[in-house]
Amino acid sequence: MPYKREPTMPIFNTLIDQLLSTGFPPGLILILGGALIAFLPRYGGYAAAIVSPFLTLLYITHIPQSAAMFDAPSVHLAGHDLLTIWIHPYSHIFSTVFCLAALAGGIYALNQFKRREMAAAYIYAGSAIGVTFAGDFLTLFLFWEIMAIASTLVIWSHPTAAARKAGIRYAVMHFIGGVLLMAGIVAHLTTGGQLEISHQTTLFADITAPDFFTSPASLAPWLMLLGILVNTATPPFSSWLPDAYPESSVTGMVFLSAFTTKTAVFVLLTVFAGNKILIPLGLFMVFYGIVYAILENDMRRILAYSIINQVGFMVTGAGIGTTLALNGAAAHAFCHIIYKALLLMSAGSVIHQTGKRKCSELGGLYRTMPITMVCGIIGALAISAFPFTSGFISKSMISSAAYMPEFEWVWYLLLAASAGVFLHAGIKFPWFVFFQRDSGLRPKEPPENMQLAMIALSVMCIVPGFYPQIVYFLLPTTVDYDAYAHGHAVTQLQLLLFSGLAFFMMLPMLARTRTISLDIDWLYRKPLTHILLLIDRLAFFLKDLITAMTLRYLQGTVDDIASIHSAEGIMARNWPIGVTMTWVILLLGVFLAVYFWVT
Amino acid sequence: MTSKKDQQLQTERLIWRAWLVFIVLLFGSLVAETVVHTETKFGPEELPFFYAWFGFASCALIVLFSKALGVVLKRPEDYYEE
Repeated sequence: MPYKREPTMPIFNTLIDQLLSTGFPPGLILILGGALIAFLPRYGGYAAAIVSPFLTLLYITHIPQSAAMFDAPSVHLAGHDLLTIWIHPYSHIFSTVFCLAALAGGIYALNQFKRREMAAAYIYAGSAIGVTFAGDFLTLFLFWEIMAIASTLVIWSHPTAAARKAGIRYAVMHFIGGVLLMAGIVAHLTTGGQLEISHQTTLFADITAPDFFTSPASLAPWLMLLGILVNTATPPFSSWLPDAYPESSVTGMVFLSAFTTKTAVFVLLTVFAGNKILIPLGLFMVFYGIVYAILENDMRRILAYSIINQVGFMVTGAGIGTTLALNGAAAHAFCHIIYKALLLMSAGSVIHQTGKRKCSELGGLYRTMPITMVCGIIGALAISAFPFTSGFISKSMISSAAYMPEFEWVWYLLLAASAGVFLHAGIKFPWFVFFQRDSGLRPKEPPENMQLAMIALSVMCIVPGFYPQIVYFLLPTTVDYDAYAHGHAVTQLQLLLFSGLAFFMMLPMLARTRTISLDIDWLYRKPLTHILLLIDRLAFFLKDLITAMTLRYLQGTVDDIASIHSAEGIMARNWPIGVTMTWVILLLGVFLAVYFWVT
Repeated sequence: MTSKKDQQLQTERLIWRAWLVFIVLLFGSLVAETVVHTETKFGPEELPFFYAWFGFASCALIVLFSKALGVVLKRPEDYYEE
């Protein structure tokens, strides 16, 4: 029997317990919410958009945090017993923040209510929650692929040619990732692995160990890891994110920023925690995100690169692998989803009101959009991990986990990266959009629902800064960590303020240019396209050559036959009677001569 | 015209005030380090105002590196539309 609780609302609790005992996955509530949004009339859709995340949250709070207190039910599907409610250490924190992101995104999108986009976004959010409670690889894969399809639909819901093309590239990348993950799962199962994902121990704790490579089972985790790294946007699989996300609508990108990369982080924390190879990968992501965001002019692409940068911190935490590091990565995912959604809402509000998305076209909006500006700055302070914001209480956990002699260089790099985050997102975004210069634009504040969503998320960025336990409470172990101990707040403030000084002193070097920067997608958008075009042309040339040669040969044969048998041919030619008579007399003469000779 | 000039003067005054507040905060953070006990584990951390110059230097290096990389990587906005 599932976990029993105090009967405060007996009928409701009984219903939820019943659902839990049948293995009804929590994510399915949001997926059904998405289906209702697609088919119900407008106000019914509004209701579904608001109610379904609340119901999902309620359902999740009924699932106990400890796996020992819950008898996981299985669902028989396609010849397999699927574990749809399985309590991993980080299931609760990830699923809770996914619900909050869906709800905030839903409120933000209400005034536009693009039915297709909203329905796809809720199905996308629901399947992300499905992954966080997946107890076996098949369930995980099923929800993983629904996420890929639904997120592609979110991108395609924006009716522009750029969104359509970027959506195709996005889908191709994610389906390749899905195939890699599936190949890994199949390899895992055929080499004696279990379908079930243990929630006791990390399944693939050290995939770089020398003795591990001698086993045929070693292929499985590597294939799976590659599939997951596509979704964490780890280079060289990273460019789908800054390529596709900024082409979605202003509301679409708020949803997109929350789920794919963080679900992948969840899987890393659950199955690959402690693999040291993740540390260099994560650190590379951190700096890659910073450098590209500095070069970027489009404000939503700046924020897209900063997603990669922030996920890099989480991947590094997963690689360090201590309890503090893993808790830090999970808490950082929680805080990141909130402040990144807030930053994107602020940027989205500017686009919604001005129709402009490039830093070089914006500036001076603080005059007429003060609420959007303040919310944007709160998001920027949180992403920069300013003391008394959510980012500080989570990112400092990862830095503190690296504060050990064996990770000294990791710690220095994380520290430099923290300064870089303030540079590329913390100051750059608000400075170029709201201050910088007077662009002459005088837009109004966005509609009330958009403001409400931004204010709610701003509160959620500030409150954990003062009461970290709100976030730590969702972690699997009791967190004995004080982010403000040892003068951390002072040192962090010093780091950030002097980074700010560097920004303003080097401002002329940071002036925006109307350019884009080549990323890894250049490989498949330019050389690969040229190679494919060349192959295409070569194929056409060969086709033409073979056709021409065949035709020539056939024509020759036809001509030969025609020269004998056609109307003009030798055999069908009209000969004059005199010639015929001459031949007849000649042949008769020859015949007579031969006859007489023989007889 | 006058109002525009006034506005410009006002903005300039605002910028100066912002710089003043910023400089006070910078010094404040340096002074705070001498008052609050901070934990040190690695050698360089014991140097005075480690976090201040480390943050400044990191940002300067990141900007210079990005700028250099930009020379190679930057293309016109319609690069992929050609």
